Amino acid sequence: MATRTTFDQALSELKQEILRMGFYVEESVSRAVESLVKQDLGLAQSVIDGDVLIDDQEMLIEDKCLKLIATQQPLAKDLRRIAAGLMIITDLERIADLACDIAKSARRIANEPLIKPLIDIPRMAHLAQIMVKEVLDAYVREDVQLALKMAADDELVDNLHNQVFRELLVLMMENPKVINQATALLFASRHLERIADHATNIGERIFYLVTGERKELN
Amino acid sequence: MAQAKISVSNLNLHYGDFHALKNVNLEVEENQVTALIGPSGCGKSTFLRTLNRMNDLIEGVKVDGEILLDGQNIYRQEEDVVSLRKRIGMVFQRPNPFPMSVYDNIAYGPRIHGTKNKRKLDEIVEKSLRAAVLWDEVQDRLYKSALGLSGGQQQRVCIARLLAVEPEVLLMDEPTSALDPLATMKIEELIQVLKKDYTIIIVTHNMQQAARVSGVTAFFLNGDLIEYGVTESIFTKPTDKRTEDYITGRFG
Repeated sequence: MATRTTFDQALSELKQEILRMGFYVEESVSRAVESLVKQDLGLAQSVIDGDVLIDDQEMLIEDKCLKLIATQQPLAKDLRRIAAGLMIITDLERIADLACDIAKSARRIANEPLIKPLIDIPRMAHLAQIMVKEVLDAYVREDVQLALKMAADDELVDNLHNQVFRELLVLMMENPKVINQATALLFASRHLERIADHATNIGERIFYLVTGERKELN
Repeated sequence: MAQAKISVSNLNLHYGDFHALKNVNLEVEENQVTALIGPSGCGKSTFLRTLNRMNDLIEGVKVDGEILLDGQNIYRQEEDVVSLRKRIGMVFQRPNPFPMSVYDNIAYGPRIHGTKNKRKLDEIVEKSLRAAVLWDEVQDRLYKSALGLSGGQQQRVCIARLLAVEPEVLLMDEPTSALDPLATMKIEELIQVLKKDYTIIIVTHNMQQAARVSGVTAFFLNGDLIEYGVTESIFTKPTDKRTEDYITGRFG
């Protein structure tokens, strides 16, 4: 079965590069959330500065995919693998952008006392991070069951987001002075909810890569 | 699926002791391009040749089963093989124009079938060359030898020569394997034009070509028809592992 050694090697390198990007993105999300919760300006700034690395990695992977399509004429699962790769890195890149946005929210409110103890947002962040991590595991192992799990996790994150939204709305109605911080937190919550959506998209790509069938997960 | 032009059922072919086609069942759609793919020796060319009874010429060949063309079994005793091959024409791997002028190449078939009138022949020649998208390139050299044309042009002369006898089905056995990429593209474009009026079956070793030109693809292996379906599905999500291994180049 070793008739396409070079191509198989290139595909496995591609996978490694996607995992590397996934690792950068996980790291970025985790630091962004920490900077928000701990009100750490320096950490927030490091997330924003580090985004360029992730963008570069996306370009590198995109180039690799296009070169493989141009030179190897992939078909069937090889083709699905490369197409899924191209779409997965787009979702990963969007997740990284959302992490930056969370870091920007963190920066905005870093120097003022928090209007309430943060409970649901860290909980969402935790879930979203697990989703990103697990969906990358699902990609490595081509584990359809794990990819499908994104649907349930995404719903949990959505519910938490609605809860955060209602809670912040009440706080803002009670005291308009908190609106600046409350909207920053609301945006952060929204960004986390979007991160979960992108992880779910990646789950859909994996499902297609493995089965050749499409399935909506959210 | 649209209406079947050719219906193959329980087709078996032996070359002496060798079982070259094993119980093949297949329906070829009308006005569709069907690609036959598979490794060398898988039976795809043999299968193609059963469709206009070219295998009859080979000694020791035994064919069982049924091939219906518009509902009529082409292997029935009273079948006139000459008129069958007029209805089902064939293009080969290497262009094989006759060593005569372009005009005479195209007029050859109609003359054999009894057309003598010069004006009628002129008409057929022009119409056939136009249909083969060759007219503009050869109209000034109709009376020069076809052997002086490029490989791609020669192959289109062969296609025009087929079209001149108004066939219904065109069989193509690796029609571009001896051609350069540009000539290949011209033939592939031509196939797209011709499928509106003809039913086309093409054998190819080039996966990308099968993917580009055909609407339906059949994968053969060791004389068995392994998988048969819409080309897009075969090349993006084949259902049989052997098909997947073959088209992704990981066979064997």
